[in-house]
Amino acid sequence: MGTVFHLDIVSAEESIYSGPVEFLVAPAQMGEVGIYPFHAPMLTKIKSGMVRVKAQLKEEEVIYVSGGMLEVQPDVVTILADTAVRSHDLDEAKAIEAKRAAEDAMKNRQSELDYAKAQAELIEAMAQLAAIEKLRKRGKH
Amino acid sequence: MAGSREIRNKIKSVKNTQKITRAMEMVAASKMRKAQERMKKARPYGEKIRNVAAHMSKANTEYRHSFLITRDTVKRIGIIVVTSDKGLCGGLNTNVLRKTINQMKAWQAEGEQIEVCCIGNKGLGFMSRIGASVVSQVTGLGDTPDIGKLIGAVKVILDGYSQDRFDRVYLFYNCFVNTMKQEPVMEQLLPLTDERMKSSKEGNDKSKLPWDYIYEPEAKSVIDDVMVRYVEAIIYQAVAENMASEQSARMVAMKAASDNAGNVIDELTLIYNKSRQAAITKELSEIVGGAAAV
Repeated sequence: MGTVFHLDIVSAEESIYSGPVEFLVAPAQMGEVGIYPFHAPMLTKIKSGMVRVKAQLKEEEVIYVSGGMLEVQPDVVTILADTAVRSHDLDEAKAIEAKRAAEDAMKNRQSELDYAKAQAELIEAMAQLAAIEKLRKRGKH
Repeated sequence: MAGSREIRNKIKSVKNTQKITRAMEMVAASKMRKAQERMKKARPYGEKIRNVAAHMSKANTEYRHSFLITRDTVKRIGIIVVTSDKGLCGGLNTNVLRKTINQMKAWQAEGEQIEVCCIGNKGLGFMSRIGASVVSQVTGLGDTPDIGKLIGAVKVILDGYSQDRFDRVYLFYNCFVNTMKQEPVMEQLLPLTDERMKSSKEGNDKSKLPWDYIYEPEAKSVIDDVMVRYVEAIIYQAVAENMASEQSARMVAMKAASDNAGNVIDELTLIYNKSRQAAITKELSEIVGGAAAV
């Protein structure tokens, strides 16, 4: 602590950044926020955009995030980045899609079951025919 | 020499099968490494969001998210079953589905209604065959778990919980122990258990004074978002583990299949040689017998 604080940027798929930084700027939902050491604990949503990170004795780095959460703790700052583009409507559409797919599968189930039944009956019939054929041959002998 | 050609054909076909299983074994081995890596990479995110959720649940008292409230009566249960899309991976899917079915039977005996969300083709096929009511599904995930694909199916279950359609939500998947061992597990997803809400660095926090976040724009919407993402992260981790399990189970199964094919080839070769020798002996004795007669 002091002139730097620890920053972690993680997404569900990988850890994007981890290390001490001097300050960072993130696109929070209410507008851009700049975080310096000793920032008050804060939890906010961030929009998709650029996160600017300045590490000590290094050039400023720009990292793209597609939304997520920014968490400021007394001694550590974390950005939980989303890997997918999220919005309420988009999520809703996906949910409806998943539901519909399940309903379709349930509907098709009847035909699928019948198909399996038909196949089983066919196999049985063929076995019977083969047995009759065999018996006939034996009879002729 | 009547049987020898058939035996030779049989050996050829077994050899072809062995080639295929060996190729699949190698493909699974390389995919397994990647899948394990992905599983490990997902951990930091899960860990971080868990800490946030744990802290929030302790700090903020004015708003309690519905995921944290335990309901007294349990009437309807939602379950999420994670399976693989493809077969040929030993008893992996069978094990997790057997565990699910046993649990479902027990719940049904207690008069609880069950609705299922299927992740993966095998589970979906099984669930629709036995006539469970499937409310949402996602299949064709491929080799990389994609949270974008999972969102929809999971949201149906989470919304069901928020709207009191379910009183509990359970998650079934294969836990990756090591390459040789995968264990089917059942976990309670909702309401979030105390164990889940424990911060991983509890010990360090004790000395400090309790503090709360500044929520922006407002506590409720931020907490809602964190909770949903936390649950999604748990499911994502489960899917990643299941995929790593799938690849290692497939590798082991294909290795066993290749070995078995080798055994079959050995046996068939022995039979083939024996029959060939018998034919030669027979021919020789016929020639000798014929010469003696002359």
